[in-house]
Parts: sequence; C-alpha cells; structure tokens
Amino acid sequence: MTEIHVTVDGVKYVDQVEPRLLLVHYLRDVLGKTGTPVGCDTSNCGACTVLMDGLSVKSCSVLAVQAEGAEITTIEGLANGEWHPLQKAFKEEHALQCGYCTPGMILASADLLKDNPSPTDEQIRDGLEGNLCRCTGYEHIVRAVRRASAAGASQ
Amino acid sequence: MTTTEQPPAAELGRARRRKEDARLVTGQTNWTDNITMPGMLHMAFVRSPYAHAKITSVDVSAALELPGVVAAFCGADLADEQGSLPCAWPVTPDIVIPAHPPMAVDEVRYVGEAVAAVIARDRYTAADAIASVDVTYEALEPVLDIRDALEEGSPKVHEAGNKSYEWVFANGDMDAAFADAPVVIERQYRQQRLIPCAMEPRSVVSAWVGDEVTLWSATQIPHVLRFAIAAFFGIPEQDIRVIAPDVGGGFGSKLQVTAEEVLAVLISRKVGRPVKWTESRSEGNMTVHHGRDQWQRIKIAADSDGRLRGLQVDLLADMGAYLMLVTPGVPLLGAFMFPAIYKMDAYSFKCTGVFTTKMPTDAYRGAGRPEATFAIERIMDELAAELGIDPLEVRERNWIKHEEFPFTTICGLTYDSGNYEAATERAKELLGYDQLRAEQAERNARGDSVRLGIGASTYTEMCGLAPSRVLGSLAYGAGGWEHASIRMLPTGKVEVVTGSSAHGQGHETAWSQIVADQLGVPFEDIRVLHGDTAVSHKGMDTYGSRSLAVGGMALVSACDKVIEKGKLVAAHMMEANASDIEFASGRFQVRGDPEQGRAIQEVALATFAAHDLPEGFEPSLDSDATYDPENFSFQHGTHLCAAEVDTETGMVTIRSYVAVDDIGKVVNPLIVDGQVHGGIAQGIGQALYEEAVYDDAGNLLTTTLADYLVPSAADLPSYITDRTESPSANRLGVKGVGEAGTIASTPAVVNAIVDALRPFGIKDIEMPCSPERVWRAIESASAANTGGGAA
Repeated sequence: MTEIHVTVDGVKYVDQVEPRLLLVHYLRDVLGKTGTPVGCDTSNCGACTVLMDGLSVKSCSVLAVQAEGAEITTIEGLANGEWHPLQKAFKEEHALQCGYCTPGMILASADLLKDNPSPTDEQIRDGLEGNLCRCTGYEHIVRAVRRASAAGASQ
Repeated sequence: MTTTEQPPAAELGRARRRKEDARLVTGQTNWTDNITMPGMLHMAFVRSPYAHAKITSVDVSAALELPGVVAAFCGADLADEQGSLPCAWPVTPDIVIPAHPPMAVDEVRYVGEAVAAVIARDRYTAADAIASVDVTYEALEPVLDIRDALEEGSPKVHEAGNKSYEWVFANGDMDAAFADAPVVIERQYRQQRLIPCAMEPRSVVSAWVGDEVTLWSATQIPHVLRFAIAAFFGIPEQDIRVIAPDVGGGFGSKLQVTAEEVLAVLISRKVGRPVKWTESRSEGNMTVHHGRDQWQRIKIAADSDGRLRGLQVDLLADMGAYLMLVTPGVPLLGAFMFPAIYKMDAYSFKCTGVFTTKMPTDAYRGAGRPEATFAIERIMDELAAELGIDPLEVRERNWIKHEEFPFTTICGLTYDSGNYEAATERAKELLGYDQLRAEQAERNARGDSVRLGIGASTYTEMCGLAPSRVLGSLAYGAGGWEHASIRMLPTGKVEVVTGSSAHGQGHETAWSQIVADQLGVPFEDIRVLHGDTAVSHKGMDTYGSRSLAVGGMALVSACDKVIEKGKLVAAHMMEANASDIEFASGRFQVRGDPEQGRAIQEVALATFAAHDLPEGFEPSLDSDATYDPENFSFQHGTHLCAAEVDTETGMVTIRSYVAVDDIGKVVNPLIVDGQVHGGIAQGIGQALYEEAVYDDAGNLLTTTLADYLVPSAADLPSYITDRTESPSANRLGVKGVGEAGTIASTPAVVNAIVDALRPFGIKDIEMPCSPERVWRAIESASAANTGGGAA
C-alpha cells in the first residue's frame, strides 16, 4: 500500500492505495465519486476523462499513485456555484442522449477550449477524437462546444 | 398549489430541453455500476478461450484459497437450477432451439462463454482469482463460416446439426415475373457482423432479502426480464423486482435475457449476499450479443423501363452458437422490408438460420430491417446502372405514389401514409443533386484521381412494434402493447408511469410534453417514472422504434380516462350535468357557460379530499391504459450521400449527407434530430468502419475499441436534416424515429462509393469499405480491365 495525497473537486484526501489501483477506481470505489464512468479498458473511449492539474487525462490510464499531490476535477466539481458553460451548452444543444460519455466529453472539451478558446468545427472534431459517443453522431456535441466557446468557457 | 391561469402553450412540436440532462451533465447519474450495498460481493467470470471444446474438468479450489474470495462455481455446480436461457421467437414449428445453460457445463461453443464464476470482496480480487481457476478442455473443431456450415461433413455446433430453421414467404407468380424478363440482376451482399457497443458496459446487481430478489440491470427490458426470470428460472414472479436505473445506451444490445443476469440472481441467492458484476469492454465485445451477419442473395426481374416484376431473396443468417431472446426472428423482421417502398408482381423470401461457434447474434439497431434495406437499395442502384437511368428515377418508377396510400404491399403490410416524392424532392434540393451530378460527370471526364459519387437510399421501416395479433401470427412469444398510468396528485401535479423503459431517448421530456398537452398541466408539473417493475408494474419496454407510437398512445388513452373521471367530479362541483362538461386546456367547463369552470388541479384536490363527490364515485382520478396498435407505423425518408473516393489511397470522405425523414408528427424536434444524427452515425459505422472479426480458430480479434472502430467525431461528417410529414393513422399522428438513420445511411454511403467507382467497372465493395478494400477493388478492377496482370 502506498499513501497518496490528492485533492478531488476541492476536497483533500489522504488514502492508502494499492500501487496498481487505477485513478478511476480510486474515484469511484474509494471516494464514491461515481460521476466519472468507465467505458472501456484500453483508453479508447474517453468516458472516464477528468482534469488533472487542469489537463484532461483518461483516469483509466492513470494510476492513483500517479495522482500524488495532484488536483483532480471531475464532472461533479466542474460547476462553480452555477453550471459551467459547457454543462449549459450540452443541455441547450441536446449534445447528449444516454449521457454515459458526457462527463468525459465535457471535461475533454474544457481542456480543448483552454488550449484553443475559439476552435473551428474541424478543430473541435479533431480535439474530441479520443472521446467516443454512440448516441449523438457528434453533430450536437460540436454545436455545444461551439456555443460554450462563444460563452467564454475557456475562462 | 398551482392553478393554471393561462393555458400552457402547445407542447407538441416544441424543442424542449431535456429534463434528464440535469443529472447527466453533473455526474449525478445512477448507473448500475454506481450501486453499492452493505456486504456486496463482486463476481468475475472465467471464460472459454476455445470456440468449441469439451470441458473435461473445472477446478476452483485454488481460487477459493485466495484471501477475499468468498465462493466459486462452475457450470456443474449450477446445473440443477440454471435451466436454459430463453428464446422467445420459435419462428417455425420445427426450429432447432438448443439448450443454452447460462454457464457451460460440458461443452463450450464460443470464445467468451462463461465456464466458472468467482465471487470476491472487491472487483480486483475477483479479477485476480479467475486466473487460479483451472479448466481443462478437449478442443473440437470450430464452425465459423455459414456458407460451409450446412455442407455434409461440416463439424457440428450442436448434436442436431448446424441448421436451426428455414423460413419462407412467397406471394405472386414468380415464374411469370422472371419469364422473358428483359432485365435480370442477381447479386450477393455481405452483412458483416457488428458489435453494438453501447457506451455503458453491461452491469448487474442482485440482492435477495428473504425470498424476494431485486435485480438492478443495465437493461432495455426490465419487464420482459422479470417475466423471463419467473417463467424460466423458477422464481415466482411476485418475488422479483427488476430495476433498470439510468441505462447508458442499448441499440438492441440490452434487449436480452443474459447469462450474467441469471447467474447473478442464482449466485447471490447461494452466497446470501448482494452480488455485482460489471463487464469490461473487452469482455463485452466478446459476450454482448452481436448484430447483422448475413449473406444475402438477391435477384430481381425488371422490364426494360426499369419496372420491377419480381424479387427473390435467399438469406443465410448466422445465429451464432445459441438462439437468444429474439435471435431467429431478427432476419424475419427484414423479410417484410425487402420490397421496401416498391410495387412488384412477385416476391419470395427464404431465410436459413445457421449455427456457428461464435457469439450469438440478436437485435441491433434496426434488427433485420437495415439488412433488407441495404440489399434492396443496393440492387436498385444496380438496376439503374444496368439501364442507364438515374438511380432516383428508377426508384420513382417503382415506388408507391403518394395518392395510392393506404397501400398493401406484396408482403401484405398496409402502409398507411407516405410521400416519397416530397421527401426525395426536398433531399435533392438540399444536396444540390443536379449540380453534383454535373460535377461528377466533369471529374469522370477528366479522369480525376478523386472521384465523386452520389448514393441514395429511399428507405421505409415497419416500426412501432407491434400489433400483438401480428406478433402472434409470427410465433413471437409476447404481445406488442404498451402500458401507461397517470397519477393525479392532490396538489395538482402529475406522475406519469410508463412501461417503456428509456435508456437515452428522452422519455422524461417527451412524455411530459404529451401529457402536458392532453391534461393542460404545465410541463414542469410532470414527473415521468419508468424502469422499475415495482413502480411501473406493466410494460413491454423499449426497442423497435416503438416507444412513441405505442407507449405514447398509451399515455393519450390514460389521459382520456383521467378526463372522463374528472368530468364527473367537475360536474358535481358545478352542479351541472356531466354530459354538459367540456375539457380544454386544463379546464372543465360547462358547455355554453365559459364563466363556470374548474381547473384540473382543483378537481384533483377535491377528489383527494373526497368530501363531496358524486354518488358512488371512486375517489381517484388515477387511470391506467394499455394500448395495442392496430398496425405498424411506416416512417420513410430519402437520404443522399455525396462521397469522394481517392482512387490512389482508397480513402472515402463523406462530403455531404442529407437526410429528409417523414416520421409523422414530431413531439420534440431536438430529440428527433439527435436520434437521426446518431442513427446515421451508426449506419456510416457499418458502411465504413465496423466489423467483428474472428480468426480461423474462432477467436474474436476485435475485442477492444482500438480494433473495433466505433467512429469518432473526426471520422464523421456534419449532417443536413429536414422533414416532410404525412401523419400516421394513430391519434398523435406519430410514427417512430429511433432506427431510421441506421436503416437509411448504410446503403446511401455504399451506393455513393460504388457510384464513384462505377467508371472502373466496380459493382460492389464489401463492408466495411475500408481504404484497403476500396483500393484493392480499384486495383483488381483495373487489372481486369487491362486483361489481367498487376496494374
């Protein structure tokens, strides 16, 4: 067991974890933060995307011990008093159906907009290539990211 | 208490933002895998590495020695109680339905079949322990190709052989249709095997308290599942509660009674503690039922002006190793769809269901209808090419004209409405069809290395499954009705209980819109309850684009009953005759006296108080309705795809995609657009990217999303969508939309690719049309054109 110190959605935690424990399982099974789902086991789908020190990571591909000292933001901690512009935009543009990919899609989009506050549609599509959605055909997701960009989501 | 001063705006047709989204965009969703319970254990499966083998021994003793392992079971341990997974669709009287134990006992028939289960305190321990289970096998020969499986001397999947059934249909004089026909075209098309890949992996939690069991499952069919567990596994129905919490997509893949669900119920009873199982994606790709997988031989006879005379279809359909819930019926849903929107003199259909040592197939978005639509829409393009007629022109010469509805097809289906002319005209306009044809001709003329092709698909679909009597006549094991309840709460708010179990479709929003209009209550005052058999005790669940056309109509019927009861109470309150009460916009009024009236909320409160009700009136406005449709609904549309094909690399790029759909009245256009987009994406996935591949030993090679190519945003185009409208015969005028895009888009895309490459003499490319396949097709066509030899 290894001791880790992480901040998740603004709350500090100290835990003893197995070195092999995946960050996503630490979030879900140890902390009970089930807003971050698991969609695959090969880091292809991106459903488990969270922000680690502001950068998007697939939390199935990060060990909990690698998050030592890090600040993690999950979908549960993205709203700051009110919904994040991406959360609002995903609802407004109907950018989700079953919603399973949505947490990862929103956090990947947050990272994308931080790098490029005003992306073209093509840049949005390329930027979200690592996040799979089986319901929407992506059209409304692209529109939602565009809307959030216009609303200043990169701030 | 809210009383509505102003009648709410009409909800039907409004792009309401979804009620569901508040929990989905904030991470408060209740997926099955989120559930934890005190004492809950985790289950993991040992799965067969062989496509076909005898199990000679299973030893779980070493696994049981590991810290944290509570129990382990092999098939023999469960043999007395595990029974056989059900097939609800024995399509012919002599169909072979092999026993299908949830856990294999003495023989395995596909890679991934469960042979043992380990139960441990956490998921990591369970996953570790399966490596300590020692299973020995005696390998048998796999059966992998349905084209060889029926030959004499083929290894057998089951003792009874590799043929499950043969189902035939014929109408019209086929000999006359083909005799002296100026044009006869025969093709063989491949419907590759697909993996549904709902984003949420399957997950199950089973918990017993005394003799009652609650099963949470990521399922589309909580009601059917409850019935099946009762009917086939010896647990009294009243002791079973099935809950489908938030479910992350299904597309047919969660329309199943799975081995893992049954084993969770049986094993949690044995160990006396709650048991959870959640699959990994790799496990799911192997063991979630697959879709499609047919060889289609299709032959048409036509006049020289392109008029169809006869159509013959001969299918080989891969059942996989066993028949699951509706496995054998899936191709038969297509049987009625090969003639599509076209008139003809004769039609014959034959389907042979064949066993192989692969994962069973079953319903996947469209279920039989995409396969049929693909074949007919592909061969209509071949007919056009043969005669040198525009592909849309040859379709128009054959389709049912809008003034001919209602029209009974050669299959005996009565299409109630449609307007193929209108949808096609609109699609051509949106695509810029004529300009693109001109550009195509110009690029062909100058031998451009990047060719342009235009593909059409003028699809229809029988959806709104289904009239119970029709299902009965097809030997299906259940009805096709749907149930709804309306509960008028004392404060004037409304609970709507629906038997249709949503998993992404937005029922909570659309159902609120329908009920808001029917009862004249605010959209916000309605809560929709679903997916729990203790709350929604009756239902037929969600598949086959049925929720709105069947479940939506059940809502309307239940609202009618609320209003009828409300009229009696309102009349009593106003000292009027019930026959003089009219109801509109949430208000009961005395005919001819608009001053007098009672809001439905006031009537609800008065009924709750029950102090002064009509003599003999049962104090409740709550109502139930079960709606059984009289007919299918028949949505249709014209999808056009313009694709560019790089003849040097084989790369296909979709340049523009237009979908004009006629789905009748639209409840929520935003939700409809989403359904159409997602459907198109899945159909494009089949055309360009997706295929479940088994190797020669029967190992699935596409177990991960790195190997099985679910398209990403970067792989897909933007879509141009529009609608035409010819209302369906039901009171809401609705048809259904869930499967439309998937049915329509696959042939539109492949037709575009073949259209681009027709100057090279190419008549077909097997799906998925990967760059390699397209490039090889061009190379071999070029070689053939130059009289052989490498290009």
